[in-house]
Amino acid sequence: MTDTLLSIRGLTKAYPGVVANNDVSFDIGVGEVHALLGENGAGKSTLVKMIYGLVKPDTGEMVLRGQPFAPPEPRAARADGIAMVFQHFSLFDALNVAENIALGMETPPPMRDLAARIREVSETYGLPLDPFRTVGDLSAGERQRVEIIRCLLQDPKLLIMDEPTSVLTPQEVEILFQTLNKLRSEGTSILYISHKLEEIRTLCDTATILRLGQKVGTCVPAKTTARDMAEMMVGSTLHTPERAGRDLGEVALDVSGLSVPSPSAFGTALKNVHLVVRQGEVLGIGGVAGNGQDELLNALSGEVRSENGAIKMLGDPIGKLGPKARRGLGLLTAPEERLGHAAAPDMSLTENALLTGSVRENLETRGFLKWGAAQDFAERIINAFDVRTPGPSNVARSLSGGNLQKFVIGREVLQNPKVLVVNQPTWGVDASAAASIRQAILDLAAEGCAVVCISQDLDELMEISDRFAALNEGRLSAPKPTQGLSVDEIGLMMGGAHGMEVAHV
Amino acid sequence: MIVMEKRPQPSRAWSLATPVVAVLATMVFGGLLFGVLGTNPFVAIKTIFWDPIFGEFAFYYRPQLLVKGAPLVLIAIGLSLGFKAGIWNIGAEGQYIMGALVGAGVGLAFYPLDAWYIFPLMVIAGAFGGWIWAMIPAVLKVKFGTNEILVSLMLVYVAEQLLASMSLGLLKNPEGFGFPGSRNLNEYASANSWILQDAGMHWGVVAALIAVIFAYVLLNRHMLGFQIRLTGEAPRAARFAGVNPARLILFCLGTSGMLAGLAGMFEVAGPSGQVSIDFNVGYGFTAIIVAFLGRLHPVGILLAGGLMALTYIGGEIAQGNLGLPAAAIQVFQGMLLFFLLALDLLTSYRIRFAKKEVA
Repeated sequence: MTDTLLSIRGLTKAYPGVVANNDVSFDIGVGEVHALLGENGAGKSTLVKMIYGLVKPDTGEMVLRGQPFAPPEPRAARADGIAMVFQHFSLFDALNVAENIALGMETPPPMRDLAARIREVSETYGLPLDPFRTVGDLSAGERQRVEIIRCLLQDPKLLIMDEPTSVLTPQEVEILFQTLNKLRSEGTSILYISHKLEEIRTLCDTATILRLGQKVGTCVPAKTTARDMAEMMVGSTLHTPERAGRDLGEVALDVSGLSVPSPSAFGTALKNVHLVVRQGEVLGIGGVAGNGQDELLNALSGEVRSENGAIKMLGDPIGKLGPKARRGLGLLTAPEERLGHAAAPDMSLTENALLTGSVRENLETRGFLKWGAAQDFAERIINAFDVRTPGPSNVARSLSGGNLQKFVIGREVLQNPKVLVVNQPTWGVDASAAASIRQAILDLAAEGCAVVCISQDLDELMEISDRFAALNEGRLSAPKPTQGLSVDEIGLMMGGAHGMEVAHV
Repeated sequence: MIVMEKRPQPSRAWSLATPVVAVLATMVFGGLLFGVLGTNPFVAIKTIFWDPIFGEFAFYYRPQLLVKGAPLVLIAIGLSLGFKAGIWNIGAEGQYIMGALVGAGVGLAFYPLDAWYIFPLMVIAGAFGGWIWAMIPAVLKVKFGTNEILVSLMLVYVAEQLLASMSLGLLKNPEGFGFPGSRNLNEYASANSWILQDAGMHWGVVAALIAVIFAYVLLNRHMLGFQIRLTGEAPRAARFAGVNPARLILFCLGTSGMLAGLAGMFEVAGPSGQVSIDFNVGYGFTAIIVAFLGRLHPVGILLAGGLMALTYIGGEIAQGNLGLPAAAIQVFQGMLLFFLLALDLLTSYRIRFAKKEVA
């Protein structure tokens, strides 16, 4: 690490009402893996968007290999050897891998040459990928490989990766890290954005930590504990959720032989799912995104009906009941997609409180709505879960992702569920809010509620669940006690992911 | 450079102001149009907006406002429920015809009996006629997933053929000297919807006002109304909340068909008086414009129905007195909808004049 590739000096970017980046400076060396750490809203995305030419800084400058660098648009940044893998893939499901890559090129070579280049790059870097497979059939990990290979074909000097491991199994993470290490050894610099501290400790050479748009520290991750880094990120001591010792009661939710056909061409069918949750127990369900998580939640919430006996609540079959009837019995759910599924974007928080609260909070009499009571309920959620909003008459869309998540989870938690099913409860929520959501879930369990927590955050599942199972292509593995479960075992449970073995490097 | 910025909250002030601004803009640009056509724009605008209510012959035009406004409001209220939920009934014209046919048919079946129960029976029959016609697209959509826009629209033409067949056949006046068309219900006291003919007051006006109140209460105070709005705003959230989409489709299409059928029945038993080949004059289609002009809000629709009726009557006066071509009046009415939809953007977006960023 002798030379500096990119030097960032005093970058500042303000949006109306918020300073996204304030006087941020750091250097990225040639062949260095540099981590950018921070909570949601710390300004990581804005910073890399400035480097990639998507956003122009208000003040400050960047120097690339000794030359002033101010890309007016991503094309210019790419021409200077900067490539980026976004967190959300921009791929067309119906096209194959080579066609998708050709779409992103300015002058795509003939398809046969391109396919040969894709094969060559994928073998060189140990990323197995068939250029002629349809993207719709690929796993999330494979889709990410498409994006990475798309970048590598440009022969980048700096590769920016935004939360690359959030969609991968542990084994796929392993493959990715080998690729990144190989790139590093060839002199490519990598700017690695993540909030998964253990990953950063194993992979990165240097870490820059951002909080509220400002750089708060630099460290060598391998020599710093994860807890210290987390506290730098959050700016205060972390509160770890506590699990009170609790007794398991009778079986609250009993799912046996649940099969649901896929709702769409690229969805996942649930195949013969079995699970049992007792009162006071938290069952964690892991798995790579898109392996049936949404479908499982829909089947439990009642949005999708199944055979009557496939789902039993406290012994009674409920498979044919709709969402309202299930809520009446005490089965409450919180879907992953906040805007549009868990909440209506253009409706007020009061109306959104009514959305699931009408039955259990007694917000209607013979069909007529009690707006006063609904508003009280919304205010109770806002106060109990520290939702930052001017008031319940604001529309759901106006809340930040984390605040809306607190509202959506709080809405179910406050209704005294007997069984609670949550999907990605802390997705996009900052660390302290995530801790309080987890604590609320554990408190519910301590009071005897049975909880099913579907999540892609393995650390979260290990922290709160008693037993762990994983979804893979719509099948649920047999649950195992969380205590003493090794990462390898978890990986095998999530497993079956395509192209698991590392290709010949 | 003009930049459009999405507002964090839809602006309440703008959503109330846009109809007014749209009417004003229509007056300005419509005036320009009339000016180009060689008519004094101020006189033309005054003829359209002022004369029907306050002019010399207002005593004749004012009742006409009720007669033309009532069916528009009645149909538009029904349509607005479906439109709010994303269920598009475009065939109100057909349901209007069917309501008139079934309602008049029941009335004529009793001719010449005089009894108090004939008119109520006709009301029920009219509502049933519209309802059953709307249930065809509703059931097809629920059972087979057909497109309700196409099916309901096609059924308008089927209804028109039925209307022609009825006025030439089954319902033809036996004492009509062979002319097409049924007996005149205005001459049959038991089957007559007039309350006060000189004031333009008939039961359809009453029904329209009741429908406005009913829709207001439904949308603002009732779970079903909440579900209708939720389905329109976020269909997945609606399913999550427990809304049964099939039931909502049946309810929305059924209600709008019923109200359109009622409008047709009141029309045939009052202002029109008889079933004839040219009975329908497009209320069912104009009501779509009224529903949107009133931004799918019951009170808004009441006002919009009045405004639409006004431009119709004013337009006719302008044609007769000022010699404006009918096409110019239609362009004028089109402008109104155009401006309303264009200005609608301001409710959700803010327009900013930004300096172009220098690269």
